[in-house]
Amino acid sequence: MMSSFLFRAMDARAGIFLGIMAAVIILIPAGNLLVPPGSPFHVPTYAVTLMGKYLTYALLALAVDLVWGYCGILSLGHAAFFALGGYAMGMYLMRQIGTRGVYGDPILPDFMVFLNWNELPWYWYGFDMFWFAALMVLLVPGALAFVFGWFAFRSRVTGVYLSIITQALTYALLLAFFRNDMGFGGNNGLTDFKDILGFDIQSDRTRAGLFAASGIALVLSFLLCRAITRSKLGKVLVAVRDAESRTRFLGYRVEHYKLFVWTLSAMMAGVAGALYVPQVGIINPGEFEPANSIEVVIWVAVGGRGTLVGAMFGAVLVNFGKTWFTAALPDVWLFALGALFVIVTLCLPKGIVGTIGSGWNALRQRKASADYEAGSDEPPASPPQSAGSQSRSSQDTSAKTAEPQPAE
Amino acid sequence: MARSNSLLYLDGVSVSFDGFKALNELSLTIAPGEMRAIIGPNGAGKTTMMDVITGKTRPDTGEVYFNGTVDLTGEDEVSIAELGVGRKFQKPTVFESHTVWDNLELALKAPRGPFNTLFHVITGGERKRIDDLLDLIRLGEKRGELAANLSHGQKQWLEIGMLLAQDPKLLLVDEPAAGMTDAETAETAELLKDIANDHSVVVVEHDMVFVRSLSVKVTVLHEGSVLAEGSLDHVSADERVVEVYLGR
Repeated sequence: MMSSFLFRAMDARAGIFLGIMAAVIILIPAGNLLVPPGSPFHVPTYAVTLMGKYLTYALLALAVDLVWGYCGILSLGHAAFFALGGYAMGMYLMRQIGTRGVYGDPILPDFMVFLNWNELPWYWYGFDMFWFAALMVLLVPGALAFVFGWFAFRSRVTGVYLSIITQALTYALLLAFFRNDMGFGGNNGLTDFKDILGFDIQSDRTRAGLFAASGIALVLSFLLCRAITRSKLGKVLVAVRDAESRTRFLGYRVEHYKLFVWTLSAMMAGVAGALYVPQVGIINPGEFEPANSIEVVIWVAVGGRGTLVGAMFGAVLVNFGKTWFTAALPDVWLFALGALFVIVTLCLPKGIVGTIGSGWNALRQRKASADYEAGSDEPPASPPQSAGSQSRSSQDTSAKTAEPQPAE
Repeated sequence: MARSNSLLYLDGVSVSFDGFKALNELSLTIAPGEMRAIIGPNGAGKTTMMDVITGKTRPDTGEVYFNGTVDLTGEDEVSIAELGVGRKFQKPTVFESHTVWDNLELALKAPRGPFNTLFHVITGGERKRIDDLLDLIRLGEKRGELAANLSHGQKQWLEIGMLLAQDPKLLLVDEPAAGMTDAETAETAELLKDIANDHSVVVVEHDMVFVRSLSVKVTVLHEGSVLAEGSLDHVSADERVVEVYLGR
């Protein structure tokens, strides 16, 4: 049962992606650590970290694609789960500083000493152990998503209303984490990390290791998402996306399905945040900014929602553009991002990967039809329909494309 | 007929929307194995009645019982579907970005929980059942086609196929012949008669030729309650029926 579930994730398309990722995971750290500086093949450390950051963004985009592209839940608050995962990792990294902080307190992080706190708040217990922090990276975003989803999906909040309350969720967390009394470093957040699992966080080898860990997390999450979307559950999700009430009349408890992918997606976003924080070296409430969540949706739309690979591609592409623009033409970046979103929505509603995919299918179909007309025995997969031959009704909708519907 | 030996039992059901009485003291009983046609002019409350039975709308007053014992007014759409009530909508609603095959697979009677479907592996029996259904609804050639690319009539048939795949005790079929050619309408009537051999069926329809070809007991709805009941000839002879509906 389990093996057939995992086996489903594999095919040629997934194989290409895995091949590329394997090359990236091996070659980039090797280019950094083994190739001497000065060689044209040397990858500088800052580039490794930058690309590691892109990979965590790709993982976040994958999480959004799972709920938006397949289940039609347009989340404008996924950065909240990302940031919570990041904070859980940040708390572990803070506890690792120990006596090396400015105030040298063996237990309390610097900002608590600064606030004249005498003891560690209860919710910081356990974060000196990596396994506990790693568990919290999954459980905290997962539990929040579960509770939120439980109420939202049971009350049948859908479409734009759900998007608005996800946005409110991340904004509420932003305000809460800004407060010093919360015990998460307030405005400044958590920073000044020294080491992770005993390795110096600044060293090239740790950076390369974090890059590889991000790549592996992305590959595993991709395989999980692919196995899910290709299972019968994945078909139910698409059914929910396209005709929610019809799915209910078939006897499927739609709210359970939504809750399942929603919680899973939040946990993936948490893992992405946890890998992001040690690479950028800081986590602060700015990560909860509503605009961040909206940007993730743009990545997915640009790459192509409901394609998984497209979401990851979009995240890397847009962030590469962002890096380039903010260095070369800093004033233009936001306009470029806005223009990109408008152009993609108008000209490529399926996103880049979605458009390439359907173009490929159309080409193959045309070739099959041409072969058939040339006298081949194989009939084409779908003979063209003569309009109105089957139906006298004017409300024939056969021309409608079977694309992800907009979230109402 | 008494409630205890009925399949579907509606008594004194009223529903109003903003003061408009969509159903007004509607009472109706369907026996196990029966096929019933329901006709009535626009706004007679046919679709609202379907909504009440399938749990989409809660009645303001009145009783709705399934199988003589289960009170449907306290259940939601999913539990009513699980009890064995299947519904075909007036406007054909199929999953357009799925293939014909996948539409049937989703409808097929099987455990409906997320973890059941996550690890579901299709069995030989299920394949055979889908193949049989594809033959029955004459979409065998189109099994790999996206449902979005089907014609209106084919979508109607696919939805009937999905209804059968659920293997319900009671089928509620809302305007199955809408938008069909005359030949397709006749075929649909034959198909429904076949289905009625081992299911209970309630058909709502406008098309009198279609209703006549079913040759079953007819209930005429008007302004949310039953106006007349009996064979089509019997109700056609009723002066009130002629006045509100047939005479037009």
